[in-house]
Amino acid sequence: MKPIPPEEMMSTRRVIYMDHSATTAVDPRVVEAMLPYFTERYGNPSSLYRLGAEARTAIEAARQTIAELIGARPKEILFTSCGTESDNLALRGVAWASRHKGRHIITTPIEHHAITHTCEQLAHEFGFRITYVPVDGDGLVDPEDVARAITEETILISVMYANNEVGTIEPIAEIGRIARERGIPFHTDAVQAGGQLPINVDALGVDLLSLSGHKFYAPKGVGVLYVREGTPLLPTQTGGGQEFHRRAGTENVPYIVGMAKALELAYASLSEEAPRLQRLRDRLIEGILERIPGARLTGHRTQRLPGHASFVFGGVDGEAILVYLDRANVAASTGSACASGEGTPSPVLEAMGITGRQALGSLRLSLGRENTEEDVEYVLNVLPPIIEKLREFSPLCPDMALR
Amino acid sequence: MYKEIVIEHFMNPRNVGVIENPDGYAQVESSVCGDMMEIYLRIEGERIADIKFRTFGCAAAIASSSLASEIIKGKTIAEATQLTDAQIAEELGLPEPKLHCSVLAMSALHAALEDYYKRHPEARPQSGEAPAAPAQGEHA
Repeated sequence: MKPIPPEEMMSTRRVIYMDHSATTAVDPRVVEAMLPYFTERYGNPSSLYRLGAEARTAIEAARQTIAELIGARPKEILFTSCGTESDNLALRGVAWASRHKGRHIITTPIEHHAITHTCEQLAHEFGFRITYVPVDGDGLVDPEDVARAITEETILISVMYANNEVGTIEPIAEIGRIARERGIPFHTDAVQAGGQLPINVDALGVDLLSLSGHKFYAPKGVGVLYVREGTPLLPTQTGGGQEFHRRAGTENVPYIVGMAKALELAYASLSEEAPRLQRLRDRLIEGILERIPGARLTGHRTQRLPGHASFVFGGVDGEAILVYLDRANVAASTGSACASGEGTPSPVLEAMGITGRQALGSLRLSLGRENTEEDVEYVLNVLPPIIEKLREFSPLCPDMALR
Repeated sequence: MYKEIVIEHFMNPRNVGVIENPDGYAQVESSVCGDMMEIYLRIEGERIADIKFRTFGCAAAIASSSLASEIIKGKTIAEATQLTDAQIAEELGLPEPKLHCSVLAMSALHAALEDYYKRHPEARPQSGEAPAAPAQGEHA
C-alpha cells in the first residue's frame, strides 16, 4: 500500500478499532453464556426456591472459574460493578479498616484516576498521608523506592500491574516480596493486565487485585476485587450480606457469568494471542518510528502490554490526530488535555518527564483480537500523512527540528 | 462530538501559512489547554488584505482559526473587530468544553492588530471609533 493522502481517507471500509485499552467488544460466546440469565434463570441468588438456587449456582461457578484462573480461592473473589469500584473498595476498604494502625499509603503518580482521586480524598478528607514513588522515563517503578518509602504507619501499597496510557508492565512480584516481608497489604490495579498477562496472585505476591470485565471481551458494568484471606477490609457499600458481607447489593448474575466465561476464553487463548499481538504491536511501533520524523515511543520498549503502542509526536495535538484518524476509520485515543476535558496534560507522561506541549501530542493504539496485519499496514499508511499535514498548520514545527 | 462544518474547516483549513514581512503579527497561547496560534496580517489602507495563521491545537482550535480568517479576509479593520468569539463558536456549533478554542482565534486577531498599531501609531483608531481591544470573554 502507498501512503494515503488525508483528502482520500474517507473510505467506506470498516472501522479499524485500535482502542482495546479503553474497552472491547463483547465476545459472542460470552453473550451466549449470559442470555439465559436475563430471561429464564432470572432468580435472585439470595432466594431460597430453585430459581434463586440456579442463579446462586451460576455465580458460584463463575467465582470458582475466576479464582482458578488467577490462583486464588473462591471466597477471595468479590464481584463488583467495574474496575473503578474494585480500586475504590480496595483503597477505602483497607484504609478504613486500618485507620487506627496507621494512615500512610504508598502509590505511584501513574495510577488510574480510580486510584489517584481516591487517594486524594483519603488525604484531604480523612488525614491519610500519600507517598507517590517516582517512575523513570519508561514509566517503571523501582521496587527499592517502594521499600524506602515504607514507614511504621504504612497500611497499604498500591501499584498498577500495567499502565493504561503507556503500556509499561510494573515489577509487581518484586514489590510484592517487599510488601510481604514488611507485612503490608499490597494492592494492584490489574485492569489493563486482565486477560492479557498471566495473573497468579501468589506469584505476584498481591493481597488485593482489581479486574474489569469489559477490558477482556465481557460487558461493561462488572468487575472483580480479589481480597486475600486475612486482609483487613471494611465494606464501603453496605446492605444485604452478599459477597461475604463485603459488597452489598444483589449480584449482577448474567454479567458475572459472562465475565467468568470471557476470562476463561482469554486465558485459554493467551499463549497464541499474546505473541500474535506482540508481533503486530512491534510492527506498528517500528513502522511509526521509522516513517514519522520526531515520533517517540512512550513507555518501555519491551516490558509492555502485548497489544499496546503509544507515542508522542512533536508539534501536533493528540485530539487533532484522533479526529483525522476517525475520518480514516481508525479508532484510537490520546491523553491530550483538549480531548480529556481535564484541561491538564497527562500526569502519567509528566511523571515520566514528558512535559508541556510534547505531552499534548500523544497517541495510543491498543490492539486486540480482531486486529490483523492488514489493519496495522493501513494505519502505517494513513498516520504519517496526517501528522505531516497537521504539522503544516502548526506554529511549533520549525522550532522543533523535526527533520 | 463535532459538527460537519468543524470537520470540513479542520480538514481543509483556509489561509494556513505565513506572510513574509507582515504588517501585524501575534502569537497567543491558551492557558486552558496549551493550544497555540500565530497570525499574520497584511494591511492595505483600512483593509485586512491578507491573513494567514498557524495553529497548534485540537480540531476546534484549527477550525476556529480557519473560519475567523475566512470571515476577516478582505474586511476593513473596523468590520473585522466587530466579529466576536461567540459568533465563531455559534457558527461552528462548538460544544461547551471547546468554547475556549474560539476565544483563541479572536485573541490572536486583536493581538496582531495591536502589533500593527505599534508599528503604525497613526492608524490607531481615536476614541469613539471601533475599538481594537478584545471586547469580551478572554480566557486565552
